[in-house]
Amino acid sequence: MPRAKLAGLLLFFLGPAVTIYVLFSIYPLVATMALSTYTSDPSGARSFVGLANFETLLGDALWSKPFWNAFGNNLIFFAVHMCVQNPIGIALAGLLSLPGVRLKGFYRTVMFLPTMLSVVIVGFSWNLILSPLWGVAAGALKAVGLGSLFAPWLGLESSALVTLSLISVWQFVGIPMMLIYAALLNIPEELIDAARVDGLGQFRIFFHIKLPLVLPTISLVSVLTFVANFNAFDLIYSVKGALAGPNFATDILGTFFYRTFFGNQLQLGNPTMGAAVATVMFFIILLGLCLYLFLVQRRIRRYAF
Amino acid sequence: MRRTFKAALGAEVAGLALLAGLASVQAGSLKIESWRNDDADIWNSKIIPAFNKHYPDIKIEFAASAPKEYNAALNARLDGGTAGDLITCRPFDASLALYQKRQLDSVDAIKGMDNFSDVAKAAWQTDDGKTTFCVPIASVIAGFIYNKEAFAKVGVSEPKTLDEFHAVLEKLKKDGTYVPLVMGTADQWEAATMGFQSIGPDYWKGETGRANLIAGKEKLTDPQYVAAFKEIASWAPYLGSGFQAQTYADSQNLFSLGKGAIYAAGSWDISTFRGQAVFAMGAFPPPQPAGTTDCYISDHTDIAMGVNAASKNKEDAKKFLEWLTTPEFATIYANALPGFFSLAKTPVKVEDDVAATMVGWRQTCKSTIRNSYQILSRGTPNLENELWNVSAQVVNGKLTPEAAGKQLQDGLDKWYKPAK
Repeated sequence: MPRAKLAGLLLFFLGPAVTIYVLFSIYPLVATMALSTYTSDPSGARSFVGLANFETLLGDALWSKPFWNAFGNNLIFFAVHMCVQNPIGIALAGLLSLPGVRLKGFYRTVMFLPTMLSVVIVGFSWNLILSPLWGVAAGALKAVGLGSLFAPWLGLESSALVTLSLISVWQFVGIPMMLIYAALLNIPEELIDAARVDGLGQFRIFFHIKLPLVLPTISLVSVLTFVANFNAFDLIYSVKGALAGPNFATDILGTFFYRTFFGNQLQLGNPTMGAAVATVMFFIILLGLCLYLFLVQRRIRRYAF
Repeated sequence: MRRTFKAALGAEVAGLALLAGLASVQAGSLKIESWRNDDADIWNSKIIPAFNKHYPDIKIEFAASAPKEYNAALNARLDGGTAGDLITCRPFDASLALYQKRQLDSVDAIKGMDNFSDVAKAAWQTDDGKTTFCVPIASVIAGFIYNKEAFAKVGVSEPKTLDEFHAVLEKLKKDGTYVPLVMGTADQWEAATMGFQSIGPDYWKGETGRANLIAGKEKLTDPQYVAAFKEIASWAPYLGSGFQAQTYADSQNLFSLGKGAIYAAGSWDISTFRGQAVFAMGAFPPPQPAGTTDCYISDHTDIAMGVNAASKNKEDAKKFLEWLTTPEFATIYANALPGFFSLAKTPVKVEDDVAATMVGWRQTCKSTIRNSYQILSRGTPNLENELWNVSAQVVNGKLTPEAAGKQLQDGLDKWYKPAK
């Protein structure tokens, strides 16, 4: 192909996407980083301060304490997703892909349904379900003789974060399920049949044949979970507000960023400091992704059939 | 750097710009920015038509955001040049910052501004009190609303002192029919606003204490502040079960369904309850601590309105602001929204009995505003935010009253150095 024609084709097919990507993803990102090196005075005028905002954020206890608190909470939030959401997603996908399951489509839809709901509605509904005043949770536990286990989970420092993580798990479990389900369907029947002829039961087929084959998908799901969790904000905000109570027990980087950038009640927003928080969040996610790419992705073997 | 900021907000601002641009080109039309989305009906059906009787050519659109998002959304729109013509002003620093950024015009030249006392204007003035940038609309009063049927059933009457208050709560608890005191701590601000700031002024003598705090002559670790925390800590046994997860909406529902006896209230709750509750309600001011004679109420200047300095239609906007200073507006507003009390000097007759009771406290008690609002919430950590967190923790029993005072004062000491 002549070079000019190739260039024309590249421009035709990649141009629009690259333009939009640069305009709405890369430029704002770079602009945010640039903004984080400024500070503003009450009149709104900005002046360049270099890395001073980052020094404040990580060095001044006033900022670093809530920052690391939010970071730690974020890790817990992520850990709950990894330990609960993804195993459940894999298990559900495994069950759905079993031969002879009836009403597959129905189950698939039902389990995927919460993913499509607005987070605000999810937060509101779970707030009501778990409410000690009118929630069904207390009654349901009592009905099976476990009434003493009930507590105002969303209101206690010890349990609020895990409760919110589990609500998020409930909502998004459909995504790993669907991705892994699709991967499972891609496994050629011959392999499964061969295993069956060799005398393996469904359980061992799953663990010894199917699971190793979908590992690349599982690692992809893990990375998606990581990025989504460290960007999370909406559920916490809609249930607990920007102050992420009680006593910042549910504060994650997203809510911390919101409070800093936009302010809250009488606290005025601080766009430059907020940009610094956003930049640090970006680097945390980037670091996580790099670790994944170098330590995990390169070792994954893909099977071609 | 304006451009960079815009970019950080990305497409959102661009979208808003388009919408606002379309809305603002029409001459003779005004857009009001507000956080009172609950009141949209009243503005559209009562207030704006009343204004249009005088100025039929001026079209007004009431465009409210959710209260939580208001400050953020408004700041973004003002910075992006897409905000409405009339800006509903929050008290003190949030609006002051807008004036300092030259996004709000001074309203001193508006006719009728002399219908407001200095105290009424204080929340929307520069620190030296020389320039006012918003026209005061209303204040709200904190106190307690109670279910008259519950009081009759249990055989108690309005408590005057804190001892009587506790006796009433104890009786209600023994009876067991009602949740004695309705308040939750999930949203945190109720414990600060309807707890600490409501019963506290009696301890710190209202404006005297507030001024001393700003002057650095009193500290939040002083006995009067710790005592206020001790009082709200003692409420826990009387709150509903699982109050730690009880949201503000839960509290409103609990009370309006008739399941609670006393509701730690702000006067703004009246209109909600009028729409929902079927029982007779009464109200009593914060009960007084033993040994005090004067009473104080939290009578908080809350809402005002200013004009966007970048508005294309300032002439009409000023006509509207001028109308806001009239007794006509004050009467419509105070009666359409019982519980929001006019700040104008001309007396307004309030029809609603509970609202009339609450505004009547101004005759017997001295008014004060929330002590965290002026100046003290200017830095980081923000005193108001801290107060929410700390008050909720005190009620939850997670923080002692002494530790609460210390945490607040430590935070304040980090950035606030009053001239001594």
